[in-house]
Amino acid sequence: MEKTSFRQRFKTYVSHLPHPGYFRAGLVITAIVLFVIIVGIFYMPYGPTELSPDRLQDPSLLHLMGTDKMGRDVFSRVMYGSRVTLLVAMGTMIIGAGCGILIGALTGFYGGALDEVVMRIMDALFAFPNVLLALVLVSLFGSGTFRVMWALGIAFIPSFARVVRSEYIRCKHMDYVKNARLQGVGNLRVIFVHILPNVKGVLLSNLLIGFNNAVLAEAGLSFLGIGSQPPYASLGQMIAEGQEVFFRVPSCVLGPGIVIVLMVLGFSLMGEGIRTASGTLEE
Amino acid sequence: MRYVFKKCGTMLLTLIVVSLCLFIAFWLISGDPATHILGTGATPERLQALREELGLNAPLFVRYFRWLKGFLTGDLGTSYVYSLPVRDLLASKIPVTFFLAVFSFVLVCLIGIPLGLYTGRHAGGRADKIIMVCNQVIMSIPPFFSGILISWVFGMILHLFAPGGYVPFSKSAPAFFSYMIFPAIAIALPRAAMTAKLLRGSILEEAGKDYTRTAYSRGNTVNGVLFHHVFKNAFLPVLTFLGMSLANMLAGSLVVERVFNIPGMSNTLLTSIGNRDYPVVLAAVMWIAFVIIVINLAVDLLYRVLDPRTAQE
Repeated sequence: MEKTSFRQRFKTYVSHLPHPGYFRAGLVITAIVLFVIIVGIFYMPYGPTELSPDRLQDPSLLHLMGTDKMGRDVFSRVMYGSRVTLLVAMGTMIIGAGCGILIGALTGFYGGALDEVVMRIMDALFAFPNVLLALVLVSLFGSGTFRVMWALGIAFIPSFARVVRSEYIRCKHMDYVKNARLQGVGNLRVIFVHILPNVKGVLLSNLLIGFNNAVLAEAGLSFLGIGSQPPYASLGQMIAEGQEVFFRVPSCVLGPGIVIVLMVLGFSLMGEGIRTASGTLEE
Repeated sequence: MRYVFKKCGTMLLTLIVVSLCLFIAFWLISGDPATHILGTGATPERLQALREELGLNAPLFVRYFRWLKGFLTGDLGTSYVYSLPVRDLLASKIPVTFFLAVFSFVLVCLIGIPLGLYTGRHAGGRADKIIMVCNQVIMSIPPFFSGILISWVFGMILHLFAPGGYVPFSKSAPAFFSYMIFPAIAIALPRAAMTAKLLRGSILEEAGKDYTRTAYSRGNTVNGVLFHHVFKNAFLPVLTFLGMSLANMLAGSLVVERVFNIPGMSNTLLTSIGNRDYPVVLAAVMWIAFVIIVINLAVDLLYRVLDPRTAQE
């Protein structure tokens, strides 16, 4: 086989996608957001909690997105806040997808009474909007960045468990599973080594959607004042604070708002690019 | 008919499970309500007397049934913080939140379904491409952000309404509606975009099936096939999505109420979460859960009516 560079292979992969245009646009947007976040780890123009006497400044070269009512540099806070949002969303996905895959795989593969009971609970939980479920959990365990991450993670379990379960039910009677069985492969190995890689396509698109929902849910919760606590920045909370002064310094709200939109848009465009296209009505 | 009874039975079971879970969760976490009310400096005698008064000495299940009975008869308990019946705290607010959610739901149907039909009908055309890209962007805007933008554009630039100037329904119905339409749009926009996208995809999928070809071969026009054959089948997944959306919009209205300063459940619920005022939180959450479960039942029943195939399984 001819050896090709990663770049070459990636290019071929993208051009064979159903919607390469969407995927490229998503990739560029995500890259920009990630660039801002990564630069923010090493360098921020001002400290995110640093107060200054220059309050409510309009955007300028000194303050790219102006300053808020306490004289803090909005751009620096956006850099910090988007990092927090990204980390919470990633943590949420790890918790939600991890537990969801585990629950879905085991219940789907084994079935039986346990499956019935667990899936009833999952169905009941699935009916509730993520934000609401997270609100209940936050009210039980208290607020704060990490608790919100856990609350959201738990709230996302049912959506993954349901998808993975139905995939496992579909796959468990397939020939390759029977074949593995005949070779004497144990149940756990069949579940995680043989079936799991065949579920990854479905998982990937669910992860992309889930990630977006996690970003939106985190932003919503921090907008409501739950989540990372002041003075630390978080995008939703910045919008909530900026709303009072929106008519004087719009960039206080527009800055963090646009970053949230870009973060979500990048991933959703990439997801859209991967999804297979259907035909048209007139054929 | 048997199906209806079975579904209602499942719904009741879900309700009991959910309420029991919520009750136990809040009971486990909340600690001793008597200490909450009187503070940590209270004497043991007074704590004991208050516990007796609140009926806290009874076993958990007795308390659960007492609470459930209260919930069903409209007695939601007493707030720890305000010492007022929870009912008085929530009574005027629950309808506002639900109205906002239902209003946005109507908007989602009014915007999303025609748009989905149009883009599905003209898939691949220029308008379709533009709308699809716009959809993708609109889906990424959180309602609270679009809410602020809407109040800026329509309130400050076009002067169509006064941001923050909520008018209660009892005072003036037209003013109430014309104020509520803006938050409703903010909640509805992303969902309408998703509905349109889902319906478009669903129509295109149905369009590839044999019965569509048969319908064409019998001399139907494109519109005839779309409305008489394809739409009925394509709408089914959208119905499930709309059911879930209504639940989601309830949560959405909790967030957007903040932006537009609407006196719904949002403020009460969040203050109560902050104050650890559990009877209020429990009652509010249980109310929302109750409505969501009833919506799910309605969607299941409607699905059955629209798709008789599910009856045969």
